Amino acid sequence: MSTEPKPGGSLGVAMKRKEDPRFIQGKGRYVDDISLPGMLHLAIVRSPYPHAGITSIDISEAMRVPGVRAVITGKDLEAAGLGWLPTFHGFDKQMVLAIGKVLFQYQEVAAVFAESRGAAADGAEAVHVEYAPLPVVTDPFAARTDQVILRPDREKKTNHIYHWEVGDKDATARALRTSPRRISQRIWFQRCHPAPLEPCGCVAQFDAMGRLQFYVTSQAPHVYRTALAIVTGIAEDKIHVISPDIGGGFGNKVPVYPGYVCAIVGALKLGRPVKWIESRTENLTSTGFARDYHMDVEIGATDDGRMTALHVATTADHGAFDAAADPTKYPAGMFGIVTGSYDVPAAHAEVDAYFTNKAPGGIAYRCSFRVTEASYAIERAMDILADELRMDPVEVRRKNFVRKDQFPYQSRLGFTYDSGDYQKALDVALEKIGYKELLKEQTAKRLRGELMGIGFSTFTEVVGAGPSKHFDILGIKMFDSAEIRIHPTGAGIVRTGTKSQGQGHETTWAQIVAEELGLDPQNIMVEEGDTDTAPYGLGTYASRSTPVAGGAIAMAARRVREKAKKVAAHLLEVGEADVEWQDYKFQVKGVPAKSVTMKEVAFAAYTNMSQNEPGLEASYYYDPPNMTFPSGCYVAVVDVDRETGEVKVRRFLAVDDCGIIINPLIVEGQIHGGLTEGFAIAFMQEIQYDSDGNNLNTNFTDYLLPTSLETPHWETAKVTTPSPHHPIGAKGVGESPNVGSPAAFVNAVIDALSPLGVRHLDMPITRDKVWRAIRAAEAKTALA
Amino acid sequence: MKIHVTINGAAYERDVEPRTLLVHFLRDDCGQTGTHVGCDTSSCGCCVVVVDGDRAVKSCTMFAVQADGREIRTVEGLADGGTLHPLQQAFWDQHGLQCGYCTPGMLLTAYALLKHNPAPTDADIREGLAGNLCRCTGYQNIVKSVQQAAGTLGHPSAATA
Repeated sequence: MSTEPKPGGSLGVAMKRKEDPRFIQGKGRYVDDISLPGMLHLAIVRSPYPHAGITSIDISEAMRVPGVRAVITGKDLEAAGLGWLPTFHGFDKQMVLAIGKVLFQYQEVAAVFAESRGAAADGAEAVHVEYAPLPVVTDPFAARTDQVILRPDREKKTNHIYHWEVGDKDATARALRTSPRRISQRIWFQRCHPAPLEPCGCVAQFDAMGRLQFYVTSQAPHVYRTALAIVTGIAEDKIHVISPDIGGGFGNKVPVYPGYVCAIVGALKLGRPVKWIESRTENLTSTGFARDYHMDVEIGATDDGRMTALHVATTADHGAFDAAADPTKYPAGMFGIVTGSYDVPAAHAEVDAYFTNKAPGGIAYRCSFRVTEASYAIERAMDILADELRMDPVEVRRKNFVRKDQFPYQSRLGFTYDSGDYQKALDVALEKIGYKELLKEQTAKRLRGELMGIGFSTFTEVVGAGPSKHFDILGIKMFDSAEIRIHPTGAGIVRTGTKSQGQGHETTWAQIVAEELGLDPQNIMVEEGDTDTAPYGLGTYASRSTPVAGGAIAMAARRVREKAKKVAAHLLEVGEADVEWQDYKFQVKGVPAKSVTMKEVAFAAYTNMSQNEPGLEASYYYDPPNMTFPSGCYVAVVDVDRETGEVKVRRFLAVDDCGIIINPLIVEGQIHGGLTEGFAIAFMQEIQYDSDGNNLNTNFTDYLLPTSLETPHWETAKVTTPSPHHPIGAKGVGESPNVGSPAAFVNAVIDALSPLGVRHLDMPITRDKVWRAIRAAEAKTALA
Repeated sequence: MKIHVTINGAAYERDVEPRTLLVHFLRDDCGQTGTHVGCDTSSCGCCVVVVDGDRAVKSCTMFAVQADGREIRTVEGLADGGTLHPLQQAFWDQHGLQCGYCTPGMLLTAYALLKHNPAPTDADIREGLAGNLCRCTGYQNIVKSVQQAAGTLGHPSAATA
């Protein structure tokens, strides 16, 4: 594998990252590093109650705190027409600061502006709010009864938000009824939080021309600009959104949060820049959570393990506002991917979402919208089916895989899978992990009463939203864009509508341009995140950067090449029809000796262009014809301590198919990181609420993230089936490991516990939960 | 309160509130923004600096006034002029970072680790870095980075090769 960047042939090169020099020297520029003259600090007063009327807010003491310049409340914002904020898909609205009542613990109630962080915090302490507690609903199944209506502000007086379904309900029900074998299981994907290490924040300033300069941790800066224009009424040309370096996002930095609106209002009202940086507690308790899907999964099958039907009915807990980050026409996102890698003849999926007294969210945490939930449900259920049939989970999967010759594959739930080779990925995994030997070892251990488990997840993702005929946010179609300028000396710049949060776009985008144009990736600058300079795009989340913006970059580069071809024809003194692009150069057709490089053409485009238009640049707005469908086969091997319930992940192998790889170093890094988050979700991460509505996981001592000590060693391998519709055949990879791995971990643990009769445990698989399951199983055996 | 602190070899004299944390002093009063804040509970390690040569300290656990008279090394003081410190070079070579937010704390923790244990095993490194969270890398390439740096520091000739 080559590691050296070179002109042309840049695809597949493990080039070191171009963005790293600033990060390793402490010269990154994150939003909290931005300090403007005269800047005020914003602190937010938050509700200690999960559901309560607001009787009074007294700001007089706060206004006497030295350094405090202003305090605003929901009433002030309402008077200014800024009391509510539309949510991501536009079907609900969210209070900026509480109006009349609070709906979740830590909800924003008042905003305090002061000369320093300390003074703002002191001011927030001195705001006195009187609350009248109301009955609390923390369980979506209780919310369903509508005994307490949480959102009387809405037209429909119910806690039910929406019903969504896809597939053939009747055919699926019929097939299930007549199936010789059947399993059903409620599978809960717990509420968790992406918790990027850098919390959310912003700096808002109105400049001398009255233009809003807004520095913000945003994964989608253009969408923010448009949303802010709609919410605030400020003309969109008077809004400049800048996403500086972002310290991880994972979906958490997609929504627009109340703190941002407060900062802008404060900057306008006080005529000074305002900074808002949330604390970790504020991040975990009030910004976009993920998952919280209760999925009732039913599978019908034949005696020999052929699936006949799949039905999934989900109860979704959306919290106090419907702020789920899903495309407008897809309230449950891409949950229809729940048939996974399997050719199920009949399928039906439905989702019902409810309001509860919890923080709003439902963001796509390191996954395409609701794909992790779907993938986990089917991959967990496949093991339950195998257990029911007393079959090897590998064989059940193999029997039901979509075959290679079925692609493009039309799923029963509406997707057209682009490409894949599931059998091959499985074969590679079985061989690399040494499945036969592991099974022998397991058999021997089971005879000794030792608990060892092997867990598989053979998942398929759907990413890269997406085709404009299906996908939009607030009506804006989910295309993405690129603009390329090649300078006279053959260096250049590419700007896109995406925004890296650690994914390495400054390197991979340069590699795509370099590959397409035969230039040196070291001299292709990448710029993102500035709405004044970047072309309009929908941002980075849902693994859409490479599938959508990556396509835009390749297509824009090809437009540059078309223009360059005219200049090349002039230089080669032949007609354009006689020029071809070969081996990263223009040559006279069939005459390799007569050629010019892109570098020479670039110079000529500014100095010797003949009748051609001067300059060498192009832009492209890419509307993908389809989604991409990365897939993989993951295997976890675990040992469970029978006495303590401790699970040790002995080995983990990830075989990924993400199509054509741009930079293998970055792809491998993404896989390591995604697996670590999947590990965290399987074993550690959970946002819990007690029945009184108190958030129990408000900081990193209660919301556990894996450290270097517990994180397993990751083994990786690949198979490659290029996406047939993507300009460079890439599919995206950043989220596969987070989508695919939780099921592999849990399946391995359940496999270890299966001799005790354990068939399912919900995540996170804590030591305590395993210990209790073992003790309960042993007690049952003792009684028998 | 007036304090005198040496940061990366340069003397700083400032008047600070007694409650000011060292990390806020570094970032807000001295403009050294390479040291980051990622939590409120001293859990994440984004703010680790080295105090008095070889002690890795979470700078959110120290008041600025406790740094009076001490020497602090931050990520801005790791490189020797234009030459990257072997740890910085290794993190770059081994893809030991992605978003970069935890990186300064990782580098400084590893710096102190290698001062105390110049030839660590992978397990030593994993234990030594257990107070520093990373959400992006899964730690594997960070361990490789620290190993590379240990090799370079142990064999100075290799550093210039």
